[in-house]
Amino acid sequence: MSDLQAQTDLFFVRRELATQEAPPAMTVGPAAWVKRNLFSTPGNSILTIIGIALIVLIVPPIINWAFINAVWTGTDRTACIAEGSGACWAFVKAEFAQFIYGRYPDAERWRVNVMFALLLLGLVPMSIPSAPFKRLNVLYLFIVFPVVSYYLLTGGFGLSVVETPLWGGLMLTVVVSYVGIVFSLPAGILLALGRRSAMPAVRFVCTAFIEIVRGIPLITVLFMSSVMLPLFLPQGVNFDKLLRALIGVALFASVYMAETVRGGMQAVPKGQYEGAKAVGLSYWPMMRLIILPQALKLVIPGIVGIFIALFKDTSLVYIIGLFDLLGIVRTNFADPNWASPETPATGLVFAAAVYWVFCFAMSRYSQYVERRLNTGRKR
Amino acid sequence: MSEMHATAAIAPDATATTRTKATTAVEMVGVNKWYGEFHVLRDINLKVLTGERIVVCGPSGSGKSTMIRCINRLEEHQKGQIIVEGTELTNDLKRIDEIRREVGMVFQHFNLFPHLTILQNLTLAPIWVRKMPKKKAEEVAMHYLKRVKIPEQANKFPGQLSGGQQQRVAIARALCMNPRIMLFDEPTSALDPEMIKEVLDVMVGLAEEGMTMICVTHEMGFARQVADRVIFMDAGQIIEQNEPHEFFTNPQHERTKLFLSQILK
Repeated sequence: MSDLQAQTDLFFVRRELATQEAPPAMTVGPAAWVKRNLFSTPGNSILTIIGIALIVLIVPPIINWAFINAVWTGTDRTACIAEGSGACWAFVKAEFAQFIYGRYPDAERWRVNVMFALLLLGLVPMSIPSAPFKRLNVLYLFIVFPVVSYYLLTGGFGLSVVETPLWGGLMLTVVVSYVGIVFSLPAGILLALGRRSAMPAVRFVCTAFIEIVRGIPLITVLFMSSVMLPLFLPQGVNFDKLLRALIGVALFASVYMAETVRGGMQAVPKGQYEGAKAVGLSYWPMMRLIILPQALKLVIPGIVGIFIALFKDTSLVYIIGLFDLLGIVRTNFADPNWASPETPATGLVFAAAVYWVFCFAMSRYSQYVERRLNTGRKR
Repeated sequence: MSEMHATAAIAPDATATTRTKATTAVEMVGVNKWYGEFHVLRDINLKVLTGERIVVCGPSGSGKSTMIRCINRLEEHQKGQIIVEGTELTNDLKRIDEIRREVGMVFQHFNLFPHLTILQNLTLAPIWVRKMPKKKAEEVAMHYLKRVKIPEQANKFPGQLSGGQQQRVAIARALCMNPRIMLFDEPTSALDPEMIKEVLDVMVGLAEEGMTMICVTHEMGFARQVADRVIFMDAGQIIEQNEPHEFFTNPQHERTKLFLSQILK
């Protein structure tokens, strides 16, 4: 004890303040950053060197192909078949309208443009938190816009009829994924509620539906809707092929949505259900006002993940003879006008870039929403 | 304080009887409940008069929380009758909702709605259940927030408040429905010691206004100060009940004596 006291200072008062000094060398600045992040250990140094080597190996050829050796102008394949030529962007340029509209008649393509414009008109104010009339906006996106677009695209308001087999390209991709998204969110929520219902019959039906559809690949669902469904329908009754694909995609997305939403509902503490019941809320108001707002907030990443997967999965409609963006790009590979060694790669890169822009936008927006909703409710 | 209770000791129910017209608020007759094989509530018989303040105590696992949660059907009983304000609790969802409207409840962990502001927490049920206009509901909410002394927190979220403040909001939320009975399920057990008093003060205020209250709590000071009756439970049964002075100074059952000797130092 006395030893310890001898070794420590019992009494201390600072007489003069310590001055502020510069940090030791190699702890700040770019050199320090490089050392800390790239060469902190021998293992990391090796990884860094391998990484740099890969970049050197891969990036220049890509840049060469996509930009430096690329063919930007031309009217047919002759421009792109020269030895050593890169991406055939002239092909994309020439077929661009087809990639967007499919075989939708030239004279009627303004209708598709109006549809895109109407979509933006709903999406932009929806995604700006401070924009007013959110309730009306939702109503517009979920009901008004789909109905108006339906008549606009198929014919109605005195417009000429455009058969759905003519639809294609990005427009078809947007139509299929939008219908899937708009249908799957409410349907998924209802299925999730059903699966957690206290009523055994409802619970059984919802659980069975979810498990059956979830156990089947989307391709199979689409195949069945296009090949098998007509077998069961009476003679003469012919379902539109696109409609069948839409139903398949929508049902498929709904069950995934249901499971995601159910996960969110399970993460809401039991006390929230009890608190809501104790103030006298009955089932539907409790779910709508207390449980679902919290549950959906928890699973935003999952929901957007489903939207992204859905957007990309729409390319599977190719299998039943509908030509979405990827499908229409692929049909052009065989076009004798443009057949060249670089045409398929160019077309696929273009399609990938378009998919990426859409999906990345959705992903970034979901991150933004998450950050925004997190403020003020940290517990 | 002891004098007041000394007079009441002569007839335990006399105070409640004279204060109101002795209508029954809650009546439990032969209530039994099982969790699977486990018999949690055994033959509970309890009659609570309007305006009475009941404190329920007992060791953990004794079924006291389960018992009061049966009163607003957060838990279902399997045998016996529970009659709340003249309505018997059955599987009829309409009736359950009716009863929940008249019975306020305060939980150990507050159970405020974290995605809503304090004001929205308070106005939600009046607007959606009582169909009160929003303006009126907000007036009522501010009235009760003032009463629990935190009107300045109205636009914050629950997560930004201290535990004591959250619990006071929870009490105000229940009061906004203008309930006839208030249930408290260990309202101070999850609070830091220095916040317990602010919550108890609000509860004492409520008791003094004649609210019918059933409180599961370990706050024996509170029981002494406001309870008309103290109920001691163990192993799912009511072991002993008495007016507080007698209960604390002259417990009859061995189990009660043991319990009291452990919590009253």
